Amino acid sequence: MMFAYYFQLGLRSLRKNPLLTALMVMAIGCGVAASMTTYSVFRATSNNPIPGKSSQLYVPLIDNWGPEDAAQNKGEPPDAMSYTDAMALMRDHRARRQTALYPVAPSVIPADASMLPVRESSYAVYADAFPMFDVPFLYGGGWQASDDAAHAPVVVIGRALNDKLFRGVNSVGREINLDGRNYRITGVMDTWDPQPLFFDPVNTSGFGDPVQLFIPFTRAIDLKMATNGNNNCNKHSGEGWDAWIRSDCVWIEYWAELPSVAEANAFRQYLHGYAAEQQRSGRFTWAPNVRLYDVPQWLEHEKVVPQEAKVSLLVSLGFLLICLVNTVGLLLAKFMRRAPEIGVRRALGASRKEIYAQFLIEAGTVGLVGGVVGLLLTGVGVFGVTLVFDPDIARLATLNGSLIALTLLVAVLATVLAAFYPTWRAAQVQPAWQLKSN
Amino acid sequence: MQIKPILSALRRHKAGTFLIAMQIALTLAIVCNALFIIQQRIAHLSERTGIDEPDIFVIECEWVGSPTSQQADARMLEDLRVLRQLSSVQDATPSNSYPLNGGGWDDGIKLKPDQLQDSSGTTVYLADDHFIDTLGLKLIAGRNFRPEEVARIDMRDRLAAPQVIVTKALADKLFPNGDAVGKTIYLAGNPTTILGEVELLQAQSIDRWAADFAYRSVIVPRRLAASLGGFYIVRARPGQLDAAMRAAPAALFEHNPRRVINEQDGVLSFAQVRARAYERDRGMAILMGVICVALLAITAAGIVGLTSFWVGQRRKQIGVRRALGATQRDILGYFMTENLLISLGGVLVGVLLAIAINLWLVTRFEMSRLSMAYVLVGVAILLLLGQGAVLAPALRASRVPPVEATRSV
Repeated sequence: MMFAYYFQLGLRSLRKNPLLTALMVMAIGCGVAASMTTYSVFRATSNNPIPGKSSQLYVPLIDNWGPEDAAQNKGEPPDAMSYTDAMALMRDHRARRQTALYPVAPSVIPADASMLPVRESSYAVYADAFPMFDVPFLYGGGWQASDDAAHAPVVVIGRALNDKLFRGVNSVGREINLDGRNYRITGVMDTWDPQPLFFDPVNTSGFGDPVQLFIPFTRAIDLKMATNGNNNCNKHSGEGWDAWIRSDCVWIEYWAELPSVAEANAFRQYLHGYAAEQQRSGRFTWAPNVRLYDVPQWLEHEKVVPQEAKVSLLVSLGFLLICLVNTVGLLLAKFMRRAPEIGVRRALGASRKEIYAQFLIEAGTVGLVGGVVGLLLTGVGVFGVTLVFDPDIARLATLNGSLIALTLLVAVLATVLAAFYPTWRAAQVQPAWQLKSN
Repeated sequence: MQIKPILSALRRHKAGTFLIAMQIALTLAIVCNALFIIQQRIAHLSERTGIDEPDIFVIECEWVGSPTSQQADARMLEDLRVLRQLSSVQDATPSNSYPLNGGGWDDGIKLKPDQLQDSSGTTVYLADDHFIDTLGLKLIAGRNFRPEEVARIDMRDRLAAPQVIVTKALADKLFPNGDAVGKTIYLAGNPTTILGEVELLQAQSIDRWAADFAYRSVIVPRRLAASLGGFYIVRARPGQLDAAMRAAPAALFEHNPRRVINEQDGVLSFAQVRARAYERDRGMAILMGVICVALLAITAAGIVGLTSFWVGQRRKQIGVRRALGATQRDILGYFMTENLLISLGGVLVGVLLAIAINLWLVTRFEMSRLSMAYVLVGVAILLLLGQGAVLAPALRASRVPPVEATRSV
């Protein structure tokens, strides 16, 4: 009851000092808008791309270069694996599921001769990758482990590619031509665009076009498909493909699914044991240096959130803080100007508590109006994000329901918080003193 | 102007004084760091590539059907012939990368084969004898490659060219006496002789990790004939960039359609390359600029608001002072000095805060140390801002008539 009345009083008081009110509303609006705009980018880049399984999927890293190279990278092993190590881990098969993977670049040659060949974002993986990464399927599914073993010419394509090549009909069982060779389609993925692209931030910086093509890793190696991503060598690999495959150049990402902590610990032990074995056999001349990162740790390790997103979020939060200090000052001025009015109310029997309620609600009203202004400015800001960030990242920053609610909530909460001190001062007004001076 | 009465008056407005001072301190801390970020980003994006950018564009051509290196090389030589024959094209060269590309081949250079640490990092540009002319590089010593010195190389082949051309920055790093031409160096472990020196050629990456060898590039007379494809760097005749950018891909497709040139970014003018490479720097500078302006505006508005309130509160006292003989200037001076004192307090705290924030950013985000010039500029801006903001309410105060002293409120 009183709430509605105080709310009305608040609205009326907003109109009483339009300049002061406008200043406060603008300050809150700007502060909230700046914070929310940069937060939308931060939220998009620090998103958990696979919430259900982010603590069950792990990237193992093995130092196959030695301490001298690791020293240049704070002691960390290389962030990809050599073919030798990846194959050894695949053979040992110690995780519930596992896959080695690397980006490839086959050209899709449409059956329709009038269409030009296209290149889509493509990866070579093992059959386990599809259930591991929760890849959704529109038609069919991933291939089987037996296809991996047979180095079979099978392929999983994305929905967009299926629309392009087969006009969206169920194409499972049909064939597509990659670089002049036919591959049988085992499945068509539904729209699948995890952001950040957690399974390969090394070659994509975490944000890029959705993957449209998966082929068996074993098949890609048979065809000597070079990686379409980074290849890092600590020394020259020697001449030709075979030497490269056997070298310590790193270019493969490895993923293991370890559903429980116990399994993760066992795998960590196994990794350590593997590196120790390499040391015993003389391949490594250094003590085991291995890592096992889950998805959030891996994205952190790869610095997927751009530095710009962090710094601008921090600067905007500083901005919001200044806006709040500003609001405290202005509210103080506004409330103290009404000391006589407060005096009269107190003298007529209003308790301090009621003064608190009235002024906090009034501040909340200011906050709400500031929030609405902030919402408009956030809309402008989110639109302007394309100026600041890569288009790949900017497209992820959107003004959705949760951001709208958060904007209003932050505005109201921040203003009410800012109002505590001025309200306390208002409640301290001595009724007798005010009445006397009038 | 007497300071003591101002100070004793401020003591009666502790909260307001503290709020304004704190706002000024925080604003100074953020504005200093924001200005510094802006300056660093602008300095970064003003770095030169060393190439003649206005007439240059880049084609990324990917082969269809994974050709062997020999086949890819034959296709590439054909393409170069087609490109160089176009009327709008002055010259063309194949390469594995180019400045601002943000991807390519970086390696190490040693002066002796058994050296453990590299003498310098370097970006390796694989090129033919047209590279220097196409990019408009200035050869300052030695000579260019001859056509017969350029050979084919595949992705995994050993980089063993008998001769290379280096940038002046690399030559000076390796041979400070300026006699680099003719000397032998070890590139990727293989001996090679320095054939010539170009004045300036930026590395392929402008990221921080590549900053150590930003201009230490080496040009190797090798055509990268990889089954994936590669880049053609094309120089249009003066003023014919648009025509050449349309004609080149069309002519390539007409000659051999078994290729992919991405519709969105397969053909990029160097202006586009530059815009992409520096998108974040430019955007960050703009964002920081907007935040600075908004911040200063809000702080100014806050000062106006609070000072107006004080003026309103003290109308009677002002009237008394006027009645006792104070001039309008005295009143104006009073409020200006009051603001200056508060601002000075705020600025003092703000300087410390600015440095603290910067130190934290240095450890957390690998930024550089804040230069004191920015702090001083920030201090000047905020003191002026305070004086400017207080002017309107102070003028209003100075116009309070002495008769106000006789009124009760």
